[in-house]
Amino acid sequence: MYPIVKKRELNPTVTLMEVSAPFVAKKAEPGQFIILRVDEAGERIPLTVADFDREKGTVTIIFQIVGGTTERLNHLNEGDGIHDFVGPLGEPSHTEGLKKVAVIGGGVGCAIAYPVAKKLHGQGAEVHSVVGFRNKDLVILEEEFRAVSDVYKLMTDDGSKGEKGLVTDALKALIEAGNAYDEVIAIGPVVMMKFVSLLTKQYGIKTVVSMNPIMIDGTGMCGCCRLSVGGKMKFACVDGPDFDGHEVDYDEILKRASTYKEFEAREREAACNLFKKEVK
Amino acid sequence: MSLQKHEMPSQAPDVRNKNFYEVTLGYTAETAIDEAKRCLNCKNKPCMGGCPVRIHIPEFIAKVAEGEFEEAYHIIQQTSSLPAVCGRVCPQETQCEQKCVRGIKGEPVAIGRLERFVADWHNANSCDLPVKAEPNGHKVAVVGSGPAGLTCAGDLAKRGYEVTVFEALHLAGGVLVYGIPEFRLPKLIVQKEIDNLIALGVKVETNMVIGRVLSIDELMGEYGFEAVFIGSGAGLPRFMNIPGENLKSVFSANEFLTRVNLMKAYKENSRTPVFHAQKVAVVGGGNVAMDAARCAKRLGAEEVSIVYRRSEAELPARAEEVEHAKEEGIVFRFLTNPTAILEGENGLVSGMTCIRMELGEPDASGRRRPVEVPGSEFTIDCDAVIMALGTSPNPLIKNTTKGLDTQRWGGIIADERGQTSRPGVFAGGDAVTGAATVILAMGAGKTAAESIDAYIRSKHQ
Repeated sequence: MYPIVKKRELNPTVTLMEVSAPFVAKKAEPGQFIILRVDEAGERIPLTVADFDREKGTVTIIFQIVGGTTERLNHLNEGDGIHDFVGPLGEPSHTEGLKKVAVIGGGVGCAIAYPVAKKLHGQGAEVHSVVGFRNKDLVILEEEFRAVSDVYKLMTDDGSKGEKGLVTDALKALIEAGNAYDEVIAIGPVVMMKFVSLLTKQYGIKTVVSMNPIMIDGTGMCGCCRLSVGGKMKFACVDGPDFDGHEVDYDEILKRASTYKEFEAREREAACNLFKKEVK
Repeated sequence: MSLQKHEMPSQAPDVRNKNFYEVTLGYTAETAIDEAKRCLNCKNKPCMGGCPVRIHIPEFIAKVAEGEFEEAYHIIQQTSSLPAVCGRVCPQETQCEQKCVRGIKGEPVAIGRLERFVADWHNANSCDLPVKAEPNGHKVAVVGSGPAGLTCAGDLAKRGYEVTVFEALHLAGGVLVYGIPEFRLPKLIVQKEIDNLIALGVKVETNMVIGRVLSIDELMGEYGFEAVFIGSGAGLPRFMNIPGENLKSVFSANEFLTRVNLMKAYKENSRTPVFHAQKVAVVGGGNVAMDAARCAKRLGAEEVSIVYRRSEAELPARAEEVEHAKEEGIVFRFLTNPTAILEGENGLVSGMTCIRMELGEPDASGRRRPVEVPGSEFTIDCDAVIMALGTSPNPLIKNTTKGLDTQRWGGIIADERGQTSRPGVFAGGDAVTGAATVILAMGAGKTAAESIDAYIRSKHQ
């Protein structure tokens, strides 16, 4: 069991948990992920490492409630334990030698973008953060991002906070204003990463995206998380999750992500019903 | 005395192909005693020579014939840590039973079935915990809890070593829990064997991916392990590199079997989904292909076919498994090789284009090489494809351990005693040989345990 030492609801659908996992905390680097299983009958799901404290031996995860498993996870509280928590998995993000970087985060992807921005800031790079949310109620990690960013652009789809528009609008404006980035790092929904990559390709700016396909073991033994990068088959869990955004086949990824849609919908309903009953 | 083995009762084919319960039901005490009496108790014991872990076969069988089942178990246990597993999954026809003198005229003694009976009898009737050996004060780490690692750990624990097994998944057992299906090897039996090892003093640490969370160097440095055995297997699936392989309903056999066996996706209440297809094509001809096909059938597929590029004679799967698969209604398409997987609606598979093959000259492995018949393409109707083409060793440990020599294809280089290029580091099983059998991995684990014992003794003389 891996005890939950802290739980905080960042917005109505996104929760932060600090989990005691000393071995993982000791080695984790930004860009890596963990796999957890909520309980004995649970499925294995991947979540990116949002932060870690090597001294305290804790790892922070931030997740959006999107289905049965995240619903069940969100139902756990401080003092409860997570059945299995394995990592760090995947390759850490490459940040060496970068002087000026635009970090793009979309929705809960900001939880993954934040540790990368923090690391870049820590090594003295100029960090321009562009984050996007559907509306003001969904904004997360604003203070954290501001603290590690030289420029912070907050976008909402409906204009209820920050500027109205998409992250690509803000990124385009920054590039047009003459910012020469060594690299753009985009983390968020697949569609967002696709459009960021299409934009930066026009300007010839190297772009790294963090992929989040379906995974089971996370150690390279099943190939469930495979994707096409530059026409070659890669496994996101061992070769990634970071890849060259200009080489990734996004349409294939979008299709593969929907493999278990119906099952997932049923699972979510089952989990919701279960907790409704408990409340009564 | 009968020239034939005693039959083992089993579920009827059209019943069992709809459930995940064990296919074969095992001997009763009476049948086991009768079968044991067929053993001639040869002086030179050729059967033992066919067993990679050299079980004292005639001795344990003599005890079975006398009805002394617990004593039979103790004889097996001296040399084998996983008898309930081996009795079920070993290819006895090419090992112990192949050497049995009774096989010259008639059928050999059913050594595997007797071993299984003895182990099951012990697990059901005996409460005796194994006696822990006197600790010798030396620590050994075992990476991977598959058959090689478990055997190595058990043998070292019996010699008094403090052994810790590191497993990347949440359950120990390796291929015994994620690969081989419940209907061939019930998971309760695997757990029981692992519990027996824990009772011997072996520590099992799950959720530990060596190469990520700890390196081999850290194990031997700050964690104080004097030797390490690498039994991390060959879990990296191969694909064909043909068009359509990334379609939604194309799976590696490892993925499909992991969902079904480890995550128990066949059960109604499992939270891990599995794709329920109507017409499944399984590409490959090994035991893994048979397992995947038989699982797909049990999940309710109307039609499951094995697509294999050579002919029936070259199938690498055990004859018994092929027979079972046929009885359960699996269709075999021999001399057939996929060339492309076709996309239907929503990114799902709608069929697979194949080409006919014919057998040419023998290749390096001695098997006749399949050659394409030009212009013979045709399409198989299917909505899911499972690739069971074999696996290679995972590069994680190789990439994070300096000075550990590997083959070009990724296998760790170790001599016949399990010694690698790094002093104190031993390896065995599929991590060294590439995908092979459970019993070969166990033999390698056993040999490595002897080498580790000799190595640590030599350091302390």
